[in-house]
Amino acid sequence: MIHSLFLINNAGDLFLEKHWKSVISRSVCDYFFEAREKAVEPDNVPPVIRTPHHYLINIYREKIFFVSVIQTEVPPLFVIEFLHRVAETFQDYFGECSETTIKDNVVIVYELLEEMLDNGFPLATESNILKELIRPPTILRSMVNTITGSSNVGETLPTGQLSTIPWRRAGVKYTNNEAYFDVVEEIDAILDKSGTTVFAEIQGVIEACVKLSGMPDLSLSFMNPRLLDDVSFHPCVRYKRWESERVISFIPPDGNFQLMSYHISAQNLVAIPVYVKQNISFFETGSSGRMDITVGPKQTMGKTVECLVVTVHMPKVVLSANLNATQGTYNYDPVTKILVWDIGKLNPQKLPNLKGSLSLQSGAPKPEENPSLNIDLKIQQLAISGLKVNRLDMYGEKYKPFKGVKYVTKAGKFQVRT
Amino acid sequence: MTDSKYFTTTKKGEIFELKAELNSDKKEKKKEAVKKVIASMTVGKDVSALFPDVVNCMQTDNLELKKLVYLYLMNYAKSQPDMAIMAVNTFVKDCEDPNPLIRALAVRTMGCIRVDKITEYLCEPLRKCLKDEDPYVRKTAAVCVAKLHDINAQLVEDQGFLDTLKDLISDSNPMVVANAVAALSEIAESHPNSNLLDLNPQTINKLLTALNECTEWGQIFILDCLANYMPRDDRESQSICERVTPRLSHANSAVVLSAVKVLMKFMEMLPKDLDYYGTLLKKLAPPLVTLLSAEPELQYVALRNINLIVQKRPEILKHEMKVFFVKYNDPIYVKLEKLDIMIRLASQANIAQVLAELKEYATEVDVDFVRKAVRAIGRCAIKVEQSAERCVSTLLDLIQTKVNYVVQEAIVVIKDIFRKYPNKYESVIATLCENLDSLDEPEARAAMIWIVGEYAERIDNADELLESFLEGFHDESTQVQLQLLTAIVKLFLKKPTETQELVQQVLSLATQDSDNPDLRDRGYIYWRLLSTDPVAAKEVVLAEKPLISEETDLIEPTLLEELICHIGTLASVYHKPPSAFVEGSRGVQHKKLTARAGSGESAESPDVGLSGPSEAPPAVIPSQGDLLGDLLNLDLAPPTATVPSVQPSMQMGAMDLLGGGLDSLMGDESDTLGGDIGGSPSMGGGLGVAPAAMPAALGGAPAVGGGLGDLFDLSGGVGMPTGSYVAPKTVWLPAMKAKGLEISGTFARRGGIIQMDLSLTNKAMSVMTDFAIQFNRNSFGLAPAGPLQVLTPLSPNQTIDVSLPLSTSGPVMKMEPLNNLQVAVKNNIDVFYFSCQYPISMIFVEDGKMERQVFLATWKDIPNDNEALFQIKDIHLNSDAASNKLQGSNIFTIAKRTVEGQDMLYLSVKLTNGIWVLAEMRIQTGNPNYTEMELSIKCRAPEVSPFVFQCYELVLKN
Repeated sequence: MIHSLFLINNAGDLFLEKHWKSVISRSVCDYFFEAREKAVEPDNVPPVIRTPHHYLINIYREKIFFVSVIQTEVPPLFVIEFLHRVAETFQDYFGECSETTIKDNVVIVYELLEEMLDNGFPLATESNILKELIRPPTILRSMVNTITGSSNVGETLPTGQLSTIPWRRAGVKYTNNEAYFDVVEEIDAILDKSGTTVFAEIQGVIEACVKLSGMPDLSLSFMNPRLLDDVSFHPCVRYKRWESERVISFIPPDGNFQLMSYHISAQNLVAIPVYVKQNISFFETGSSGRMDITVGPKQTMGKTVECLVVTVHMPKVVLSANLNATQGTYNYDPVTKILVWDIGKLNPQKLPNLKGSLSLQSGAPKPEENPSLNIDLKIQQLAISGLKVNRLDMYGEKYKPFKGVKYVTKAGKFQVRT
Repeated sequence: MTDSKYFTTTKKGEIFELKAELNSDKKEKKKEAVKKVIASMTVGKDVSALFPDVVNCMQTDNLELKKLVYLYLMNYAKSQPDMAIMAVNTFVKDCEDPNPLIRALAVRTMGCIRVDKITEYLCEPLRKCLKDEDPYVRKTAAVCVAKLHDINAQLVEDQGFLDTLKDLISDSNPMVVANAVAALSEIAESHPNSNLLDLNPQTINKLLTALNECTEWGQIFILDCLANYMPRDDRESQSICERVTPRLSHANSAVVLSAVKVLMKFMEMLPKDLDYYGTLLKKLAPPLVTLLSAEPELQYVALRNINLIVQKRPEILKHEMKVFFVKYNDPIYVKLEKLDIMIRLASQANIAQVLAELKEYATEVDVDFVRKAVRAIGRCAIKVEQSAERCVSTLLDLIQTKVNYVVQEAIVVIKDIFRKYPNKYESVIATLCENLDSLDEPEARAAMIWIVGEYAERIDNADELLESFLEGFHDESTQVQLQLLTAIVKLFLKKPTETQELVQQVLSLATQDSDNPDLRDRGYIYWRLLSTDPVAAKEVVLAEKPLISEETDLIEPTLLEELICHIGTLASVYHKPPSAFVEGSRGVQHKKLTARAGSGESAESPDVGLSGPSEAPPAVIPSQGDLLGDLLNLDLAPPTATVPSVQPSMQMGAMDLLGGGLDSLMGDESDTLGGDIGGSPSMGGGLGVAPAAMPAALGGAPAVGGGLGDLFDLSGGVGMPTGSYVAPKTVWLPAMKAKGLEISGTFARRGGIIQMDLSLTNKAMSVMTDFAIQFNRNSFGLAPAGPLQVLTPLSPNQTIDVSLPLSTSGPVMKMEPLNNLQVAVKNNIDVFYFSCQYPISMIFVEDGKMERQVFLATWKDIPNDNEALFQIKDIHLNSDAASNKLQGSNIFTIAKRTVEGQDMLYLSVKLTNGIWVLAEMRIQTGNPNYTEMELSIKCRAPEVSPFVFQCYELVLKN
């Protein structure tokens, strides 16, 4: 199972180590540093690294490498999932997962890691349970603790850990009972030069914020459940009900959680909200090039496209850009070679355009590769797949909760080739 | 108020200060001090000096302080074992605490203190905790058994903890079940044959029930454990599949992949025409696709596994090509994997799309990725015939870009396309030749030279082109040199008049000025061929080459099957059998997909192994590392075969020899074809060109086969006392090593027939069927003369006696020791290997009585060096009795002589392979109480003498 964990920052400093079995020398990380160096970009470090006696499985989150050491045959996905869970827990506890917050809360971090694994076996990874065991730091609590001398470790057995619904603690009480669901859809797409869709799919998630007293039993139904044929559920969802009735029936965890994620890949269901007309060309001589980009609405279902941002990864030889944007602002970073054009709201009457010249390193040959455009956008009150929640019913408790559903569509990995 | 304050004290007297604070009376101060200590510990500072002070803080009611002290203890107890004992009392007390959280914490921490002395004290509390009323404590205790086992395995076994752990599989709480499974699996890893996880339908049912209710991690443990189960029939497999399928919708990708593993494995047992089979296939695609929208690290592992799945069952993802399209910001390791899968999924239906994508990728920034994309285009051309033309024109477009590495990759793949579709695309040669100067990588240069040589008659200035390469001959890499040599010889054979000088030049460069033996050898072979028989040379060098097969990069089928059983593991990430891992290989069991009995698929595997040497060689030559995989194959031979021949392994040797030796000898284009094509075409080339070389190669095979023998040797044979008539049966294969099958046996020679008497005992819980047996090559060519006759299924606790007649016509390989026999026995559960030693008297034939004259002549003829002297003591026999006894074992007395009160017997023995062993035996007759015999043995193969002597001794003593 998982033997040890090392946290390493972007600069290559090892700033935390935790061993669940015998202590493994940190020199094992030299193999990681070697791979890190070879990969150039931190994103490109291979997730599984073989060393003579161990395997290093790592993830890169928030500029931190979480490097775990295993010695026997352990499913790598198991380790990677767990590492993500660690990162999420830190995020959950400290608001952000960064070297600073981890160092600031090193004792809690250590306590958490100890609770999350025992001898390399996962012990408590549900945020609900962890929070019962180890209370997250708040300014108020640390003040109270200093004054009263009480601790931030729970004194009782976490109740949920033993019930058949380990994700929910008992005795939840709220004065305002509320249940909110956010349907968030991201469009992953690749469009080619001419604007034709090469590939498009929707990654959807339903995020829930449920603050209900007692043991509520919820069921959520959709207007068009047929859209969903590839789904992953939170462990609380009763799969049999979904199979037979296409209803999501569950006893929710307390607080924020991801109820389900889904994946729609049927091409005809994936609407592309914007089109991009672009022309980026480099001249054979004169060390310069031209660029002209226009963005316009395509299938927006009558909604407004907001937070529109176009990012262009320029070839290495592009020194600077002298452009004119009809809307929004642009910025070219000559170090990373990334051009960011922040457009904002898309006005269908007056299409935003970015036009001008690019200057290249003098004497350098015309770049071989074509730059690629990435689009970011957001559409409120729309799930682009057309998914709609029908109703939410609650059983098992008497009170009447507030209920609400919000929809939002974003661009995920939305790429336009040139 | 953050913890960073704990890092600020870096002054010299830090330890001293902390010490004072730890011993403070104020609770709060104590706690702060412990926190500081922990903080220092986390960043790797040595605070072990504070051990006694920290341990003193342990006796507290404050849970947080207690936990912190525990954290400290776990880290430093190892370095301060004597001090750690101080903590034991508190632990033992805490294990009795009314609060289950404390009890669990105590037992958990104790298990983490890796000090032998402490582990002794741990046993009693642990025993109690394993039976605790609170499931939280039980599940913690279950893991603790695994910890303890890691520290002191013997102790765990002696204390009976393993049995308690097995009982926990039936616990009412699913989390306890999951942890018990996890602990047992971990322990089982270091005890490969211990049957710890004895799975039967009842336990499976319990596991499946627990599966629904335990945590995500527990589900992974249970699923991985389920994957080791062997369902009795297809109905059981189907019902397990049905209950596992819902896991495919789990949010945790590791759960999903483990579920995929179980389904992929059990699916194999379902009849293909079953509706459910189709449903299951459909259900597998979406979760696999979903894995690809996860974080890149997860994607990577998923892709490595999908790569296996699409090789095994391409139908699952055949419509999902688009999800493998590479995105601009994918990390490089994801990009390369996606590309690989795209090619595997490429078919006539989607080739246009794939090609368009690949062309797009070829203009990307990342050099490695671009290269692989170009190569992929070539692979598409070879895989999908209809697309070849399109691929070639795409490649030509890419060559026009003049980007150096793109051009080079393109040329390498075009060479392969020429081999696949001869006489179709040669029109592009002109374009290729234009780029000759820009090639600086050996592989590309070699490819270009091959093309020039192969099509010399169509290229007007072929001689000039090759000559230009020849100038820097010694600076080229071996690959290029070999290719240049071959190309020029080809050119000479095609245009002998103009190129005589050139060929002489290259031959002298290769044979006289080179240090490379391969190059020299090849040079000499060509030279002799050309000088002795130009016609033959033409036939050899310009022989028609077999077409290259479409996918030479497929994983070898047995390995693939094994990897499918290991989906989701490191083995699946590295595409290597688990045995190839350094640390993880402590106890790896070979897993194999078990196909439904009688289904079409079961016949596929033996085909690979059994295809005769005359047939086209299989596409993939297994490398040394895969030999074991092939042994598995060998055992798949249907039990009905009259002579389960050991030919596959023979052929293996032959193939190796061909692959390794012949191609460098015959060396057509073999070396340069490396890369994507692998060794196989070159072998094909070798075979096609020189069939006459085959027998020689086979003759040499045993030497090469050594690797195979070595593998067997690992099994550490249970030695058998070399008995005379029939030795009592000894256990050859203990039940522990063979999943409940125990085999004991002995050898006998009855009426001129060697028989292997076997007792098969089933000590497992389930019925065993489908027995088959096979021998490895051995010194005297022993082989089963018929199938293993176990007609009725062997039910639990039943023993069956079988006599297996043996022939001596099997393939021969010298074993160490000489009479060692390595045996593979297969049943419905698995294949098991063991080795045993047969008394060499088994192969003494009945007509072993030599003529007196011949004996004398032979005795003189065998050099004295071959004479071996032995002594047999404590024999109470006179010469006649001895002679009679020996005769029973086909040791014949030729003559008897009495000299100076000593009887001299002259004896002869003939072995099944025609070797004669002569002996002179001197028997002291003077003193009846003390009889000593002297035996001198002469044989042309002196290595058999000690074994023959053993026989004499045993025959005489029994």
